[in-house]
Amino acid sequence: MSDRFDRVDPVIAPPGTRRFRDAGGLPADRWRADQTGERLVPTHCCFCGVQCGMYLRVNGAGQVFGVEPRNHDINRMRLCPKGINAYQQVNHPDRLTAPLLRRTRTEPFREVTWEEALSYTVSEIRRIQGEHGADSFGLLGGASLFSEKTYLVGKFARVALKTRHVDYNGRLCMVSAAGANKLAFGIDRAGNPFSDILQTDCLLIAGSNVGECFPVMTQYVWGARDRGAKLIVVDPRETAVARTADVHVALKSGTDSVFFNALLNVVIEDGLTDEAFIAAHTTGWAEVKQTVKAYPPSRAAEVCGIPESQVVQVARMFATAHRAMAWHARGIEHHTQGVENCLSVINLCAATGNLGEPGRGYGTITGQGNGQGGREHGQKSDLLPGGRSISNPEHRRQIAEIWGIEEAELPKAGTSMMEMVWQMQRREIRGLIGLCNNPFVSLPNYATVKDGYDTLEFHAQLDFFLSETAANAHVVFPVTTWAEDEGVMANAEARVVKHNKAQEPPPGVRTDTWVLCELARRLGVGEKFDFPGSRELFDELRLASAGTVNDYFGITYERLEQTGGIAWPCPTLEHPGTPRLFEGGKTYHPDGKVHLQTVEWHPPADPYSEEYPMTLTTGRTVAHFLSGNQTRRLGALVEQTPRPWVEVHPSHGFRNGDPVRVVTRRGSQVLPALVTEAIRADHVFVPYHWPYPVAANALTVDALDPRSKIPEYKVCAVRIERAASLDEVPAPPTPPGRTAYPEAQASRTDPLPPTSPQGRGTAERG
Amino acid sequence: MLGRTIFIDPGRCIGCQACVSACRECDSHRGKSMIHLDYPDEGHSVASLPSVCMHCEDPVAPCAEVCPADAILITADGVVQQADATRCIGCANCVNACPFGIPKIDLDAKLQMKCNLCYDRTAYGLAPMCATVCPTGALFYGTLEELQAERPGVDVSTAFAFGPVTVHTGVAMVVPAEQRTSVPGGLPIIEVNGRPTPGNGAPA
Repeated sequence: MSDRFDRVDPVIAPPGTRRFRDAGGLPADRWRADQTGERLVPTHCCFCGVQCGMYLRVNGAGQVFGVEPRNHDINRMRLCPKGINAYQQVNHPDRLTAPLLRRTRTEPFREVTWEEALSYTVSEIRRIQGEHGADSFGLLGGASLFSEKTYLVGKFARVALKTRHVDYNGRLCMVSAAGANKLAFGIDRAGNPFSDILQTDCLLIAGSNVGECFPVMTQYVWGARDRGAKLIVVDPRETAVARTADVHVALKSGTDSVFFNALLNVVIEDGLTDEAFIAAHTTGWAEVKQTVKAYPPSRAAEVCGIPESQVVQVARMFATAHRAMAWHARGIEHHTQGVENCLSVINLCAATGNLGEPGRGYGTITGQGNGQGGREHGQKSDLLPGGRSISNPEHRRQIAEIWGIEEAELPKAGTSMMEMVWQMQRREIRGLIGLCNNPFVSLPNYATVKDGYDTLEFHAQLDFFLSETAANAHVVFPVTTWAEDEGVMANAEARVVKHNKAQEPPPGVRTDTWVLCELARRLGVGEKFDFPGSRELFDELRLASAGTVNDYFGITYERLEQTGGIAWPCPTLEHPGTPRLFEGGKTYHPDGKVHLQTVEWHPPADPYSEEYPMTLTTGRTVAHFLSGNQTRRLGALVEQTPRPWVEVHPSHGFRNGDPVRVVTRRGSQVLPALVTEAIRADHVFVPYHWPYPVAANALTVDALDPRSKIPEYKVCAVRIERAASLDEVPAPPTPPGRTAYPEAQASRTDPLPPTSPQGRGTAERG
Repeated sequence: MLGRTIFIDPGRCIGCQACVSACRECDSHRGKSMIHLDYPDEGHSVASLPSVCMHCEDPVAPCAEVCPADAILITADGVVQQADATRCIGCANCVNACPFGIPKIDLDAKLQMKCNLCYDRTAYGLAPMCATVCPTGALFYGTLEELQAERPGVDVSTAFAFGPVTVHTGVAMVVPAEQRTSVPGGLPIIEVNGRPTPGNGAPA
């Protein structure tokens, strides 16, 4: 603990300096207590998949100026630092307020009228598609958009652009879990609400740093612990939640399915399976049983690098618990066998009969705010609204009818986000519109991504800050934040919640809906895009989803405003929603059974060698969200975690703050060391929120899961070496379009490393 | 008997600093956080510990006792306020006197600032901002009964030994499970600075 005399330091900014707000946030000349005519607007956080309820504080002039906790069912007043600071981006000085345009990338941007930006965009769409066909133009959406807008993105691509190339950044998030859920259960969502965690007797968390990525969900974990539940955490790093677990399985990244197969092996050997449940509610058990014979605990110990006894201990702890539950996130999903990893967890839950009851079940924790809803209504390349398959003739006919076009006019399935970048490199895709994404930071193998985008003949981006990707575009449309529009999102529980409008957008800013509808009008299909606002879009979405597994028909804005949210499927206006799936063991396959799938482990895509003997794994920090386009501009969050680092085990001989060169087959970079015993000795960890030249994704591999097409962010081969001096550590670049604040610059260019693993370099310690 | 107060449970802390951000948002602190987050086991584990003012009761507020300007006031309900801006001379006596290392000095303004238990909120029945938002309940605001109803078997201590002096506080600390060994009389033991200390607010 620090010496108490450390406290006598100027960490409190002198009056007038307002350090934290000068580093990005509220204008320095205002403070909340000066606001008059305050009212509270109930809404939800714009960030992760927990979707905490909050009030935005709005002053008499109609401007958002603060946040107040809200006693919503999901979070019960709790907020994490991202949620507390989110409001600061609404009136942030970096906001884009006029369209930007340049005809070549060598020119600087100039502010233009909406008319010029829109007509240039439409002329480029027409030119490129006229010369190279409809599929030469692509659209990339995002999973932080309201569901209404994700529906619009899918419709705009297929009806206005008539291209098959549409995908979204949820491809980098939860698609492995979605694929596994669909295969096993015939439905694509978590099986239980968060509140069911409170009832469990054994909670297994795999590949999820709940404390940093979903902090508010921790209350459910601790709530279960208060009741005496056992906690098992599977993670190569000792995270804050792993620290308090009954068993922390620090396995090698990329070996999860060996571990879960071995657990099932022990469960079968010990006779702990729930044979009655298996017989009544599953198919494929004989094959699974046969497969896991090849995965005894000894093999798991060898492959995963963990004690054999730990495998046996965890298997018995999980299988003998009265009620057991498994939750997982990107740690097991960001792999070339992401779908298989998830299936191996499902096999374990089903074989022990742990499905469909409070305290018994299975869930995946969505990363992005609308990671769940973002893919349900047609933004994903292979899906139509209501989770319908774009390859199914009947599904195509149903949607074509709602959209008022011929089934033959609907394009076929497109490719995934990373594959679209490769197509850009091959000039198969020559024009692109992107919204709500920042692939320059978030996609793996930065060099390839930059090459792909640089090859584009035309690139437009919709955003409210100039992201690294938008800075590479020809046209940038300034659009609204979440607080300036209304719409729904589905959180990790598939609970649909409504975000409410708290203020009017700044002058010059339009909604994403307006921009896409106006482009559609200019492309000659305006009558199919007559959506004045989100409500009209939502009503069409409800109709388009009616009768499907993802049924939203019974959910209305009014119902959402009167409740704490409604979980889909919700087929009628009287239906209460479906918070818990699989009650009575019944799934959404036509036979109502769990379709168990065999899982065979294969090594990660990037092979180890003498040159690259160690494992690099990546992840989030609590203060930042995804590509950091938003959070890297908010002073309090920048001060909390100003820069990335490389986490290394003390056995490598580094001291805290040493410059370490991290080298993979894609590139290298020098980062300050954060030396901690909280990581496996054969692993290093780099957080991924920063752009090149301190981008973890300049190092990661762009290998994809063959089914979900999710990149393998969580494991690649790496070596580390000592760099000559701290001078080699590059400062994190200033975000594009950043309003200059001398003090803020100084805090970011300081080459000093973070001081602590969790919380990672605090304002208190400068 | 403890009234409504903050209970700190470091075992639940995930180091997210939501408390730090929330404290900045509190109207009475106007953009400045009064919470420290410490990392007691750096390099070995990710353990973290939020520190708020403990609102010392016996001896009453050492910070206030040593204040030469009588700037630190204590309310009837035991809340030790931050320094009165019209009286504080920024001498830092309070910083040196505090056994928990809580008060901060704004050197340029010559003004002490510290956690005042969000008096602007608690006076209206609201919980302090830090304890309201804490995602894990590492900071809990309420009564001991409310805490124990939510967390069966939890024990707390309001007595902390610093050398020969034991300080009794208005804010309570949850006793780690491994130290909840009963002693004659049924009191839990918490070890502070190597010295066993009886908990539950009982005299040392």
